[in-house]
Amino acid sequence: MRIQRCKGTRDLSPEEMAGFRLIEGAFRDCCLKWGYKEVRTPTLEYLHLFTSTGTLTPGMLGKVYSFLDWDGWSGERVVLRPDGTIPVARLYIDTMEKEELAKLFYVANVFIFEETGKKTRERWQCGAELIGAGAPLADVELVMLALEVLKRLRLEGIELRLSHAGVIRALLAKLELTPEEQTRTFDLILDGDVEALAKVKLERPELGRTLPPLLDLKGKSSGFLKNLKALFAQDLPELEPSLDDFINIAELLEAVGCDYQIDIASGRGFEYYTGVIFQLFKDEEKIGGGGRYDALIPLIGGKDISASGFALYLDRLMNLVKPKALAKPPSQRILIRAEPEAVKEGFSTADYLREAGYMAEFYLGAQQQADFEWTLDIQSKAPRFILTDQVDQRRFEAQTTNEILALLSR
Amino acid sequence: MPKGRLLTETSALLQRAGWGLTGYRERAHFYRIKSGGFPNLSAKVFHERDIPIQVAIGNYDLGICGSDWIEELLAKYPSSALLKVRNLGYGGNALYITASPFGGASTVEEVKAKPGIIRIASEYPNLAESFALNLRLRQFSVFPLWGAAEVYPPESADLALVSGTTEELLHYGLVPVSKVLDVSAFLIANRNSWESKDMGEVVASICDKVMAQEQHSSPDTATKPEIAGQYLCGEAAKDIVRFALPDGHQQLPTFRLLTKAGIHINDYPSAVGNRRPTTNLSGVTIKVIRPQDMPLQVANGNFDLAITGRDWLMEHLYQFPSSPVRELLDLKLGRVKIVAVVSKDLSAADVRSLRQLNAERAVPLRVASEYVNIADKYARDNHLGLYRVVPTWGASEAFLPEDADLLIENTQTGRTLARHNLRIIDTLFQSTACLIGNTNRVSTSIKQEGIKSIIEILRMAVEEI
Repeated sequence: MRIQRCKGTRDLSPEEMAGFRLIEGAFRDCCLKWGYKEVRTPTLEYLHLFTSTGTLTPGMLGKVYSFLDWDGWSGERVVLRPDGTIPVARLYIDTMEKEELAKLFYVANVFIFEETGKKTRERWQCGAELIGAGAPLADVELVMLALEVLKRLRLEGIELRLSHAGVIRALLAKLELTPEEQTRTFDLILDGDVEALAKVKLERPELGRTLPPLLDLKGKSSGFLKNLKALFAQDLPELEPSLDDFINIAELLEAVGCDYQIDIASGRGFEYYTGVIFQLFKDEEKIGGGGRYDALIPLIGGKDISASGFALYLDRLMNLVKPKALAKPPSQRILIRAEPEAVKEGFSTADYLREAGYMAEFYLGAQQQADFEWTLDIQSKAPRFILTDQVDQRRFEAQTTNEILALLSR
Repeated sequence: MPKGRLLTETSALLQRAGWGLTGYRERAHFYRIKSGGFPNLSAKVFHERDIPIQVAIGNYDLGICGSDWIEELLAKYPSSALLKVRNLGYGGNALYITASPFGGASTVEEVKAKPGIIRIASEYPNLAESFALNLRLRQFSVFPLWGAAEVYPPESADLALVSGTTEELLHYGLVPVSKVLDVSAFLIANRNSWESKDMGEVVASICDKVMAQEQHSSPDTATKPEIAGQYLCGEAAKDIVRFALPDGHQQLPTFRLLTKAGIHINDYPSAVGNRRPTTNLSGVTIKVIRPQDMPLQVANGNFDLAITGRDWLMEHLYQFPSSPVRELLDLKLGRVKIVAVVSKDLSAADVRSLRQLNAERAVPLRVASEYVNIADKYARDNHLGLYRVVPTWGASEAFLPEDADLLIENTQTGRTLARHNLRIIDTLFQSTACLIGNTNRVSTSIKQEGIKSIIEILRMAVEEI
């Protein structure tokens, strides 16, 4: 019987791993240069880390991999990490809370049950979290960092969409919904139901006068937000602080020459967002997103500290990035064939060549010579080394490893 | 077809539908039923809870059971191949999240505001978990139960998810916190069978006879019930030893042993279903619960002592090796063997030949058992290769050979197994009733003394036997 791969999982082939590492490498390199430090959290967490209001939406909670482990007699469920941000917030509280500013990044897998099993249930994310900075500049830094990574990967035509959780919440509060209904509607919006706000509107016709323009908000400049602020100053003064924050961020983005689109109702993401929510699209496919989550750390037991972050979706980037165009020229490959008496010599020569920057492989019986730039035969008697250039089949003899190096670099 | 609560009305419905069934009645000893009206139909009687699982995995095309068990399955496995075909209109009932009025949290708001871990006891653990997640309870523990959830609040759980009418809740001394589900009998189908098999005649025979019954929804009046006794919670209860006694067939031998030890329990076994009998032991409260549920309850400190079977203790410890529950005393009652059983039609005389047999098959070995963790460990330890454990809720011998290949079951004499054409191929261990306790330190020395003295009294009674 054929052993099958677990439903909803994927293998990464050598070619795919090359792309994976390339993206991961570009992301790590950018983050390190911006002063972020890498962390790694466990794959298993307790379920209750994710259950309170303000963490994951019920739609996402219904899709986590939770179970009782060998220690589960108390009913304490564990979960395969369904999100990257919340564990990093927990790590910050756990071991780094004395630091007033923590700039952290991670590359991690998250697990979300996808019912059909046709899409992968284990997804990889490159995420960065900026804890301890509340100014609009911090949000803009994260947007710019995310865009730099994508630029490094030579992805063009990236679309940045902005929304604001504070604006959505103020709007919901104005609709005189019960707290449960507010949370539910907010969750619907975050779970991707773009109609959610419109549905509420229909049930409350007296608000129809002010809401339609807001629901259809699509703008391309901070001026657009300022117009809205003027429009709603009378009817919805509660919107002002959030709109001001939003305007500041938009103005900063303009100042650094970054294009964006404002789309309030598309605030898809996570319940923990409190401020700006940004999403990155390439050809209508979402490849990443993030936002401000000032309430999360106090909510899960930490001090009152502001934070924001983003994640790029590695699996989707892998379909878009062309590794060949980006990868450094590969090292020259040398196939080493040693006589049985010269095996020791063979290993030490291979070591020497690798130190010098070449890829040196032992002949194991199945390699094709055509896949190598060079072959090197090692013999116990003179000439000890026979080097053959596989491109033009020229043959060289050498007595020392130094001579080989000289021949290789001719 | 269901046993228990829905049997009488289901039987009447199928009689009206012209099925001509013989032997579908309470306490029947045979589970396989032929229909005079539909000679090509073969039916089997299961515990209601088994029916959605059996239909979903495709062992049966159609089934009848309460919608509570359907929703319990779908809450955890929404993509099950299960189709709700028709509400049959009888067996009306509801599932409620309930609390004791003495527990300090009997409304949704109070539950949400309550600090610490909220303990929810239920036979419906998946629905209980959905409830807790949807309510956004921050920290909660769901205790899955085999039964008697109504007796858990307030001391042993904060909330219980129970089925019943509001009148029944009052009778239990519980108040409804939230209604989770309206329940009635449903005709269900396996999705693949529904899509590919012609079952029209059978389905029509039922649906034609279903009366369009009015849904009687009882008003949710949350009047405060009259409570017979008082519960000691918190500080007042810290010295009290909480002792769990088994319901079911272990009651009589347990009662005899306790009597011999000089422990008198009033109204145990109870003819009226009293689960809180009183005792002459001072500083002790007694609660009567399912022996299956005891190890988990003792582990979590809801009870200090319990009388259960070693089989259920092992079942618990195999699932949770770090559990603090231990056997304190072998009571030497109710000796059974836990055995591995196959159909006599299967050419396997021992576990080795079963392993070989399974290695040659392309489909997984179906291992049915009430003891899912013992069964799982047995299959694992014996390298049975590709296997699946099918949980059952009683009368597991009926599963072989159609619905399972291997059964892990308890037996006293082996006669019931032999009558069902089954063969024992292995004995896993012997099980007797035992006293269990928690190895974690007890909170007060008064309680510690109380526990010690009960162990000693019972030890002396056992040694006299």
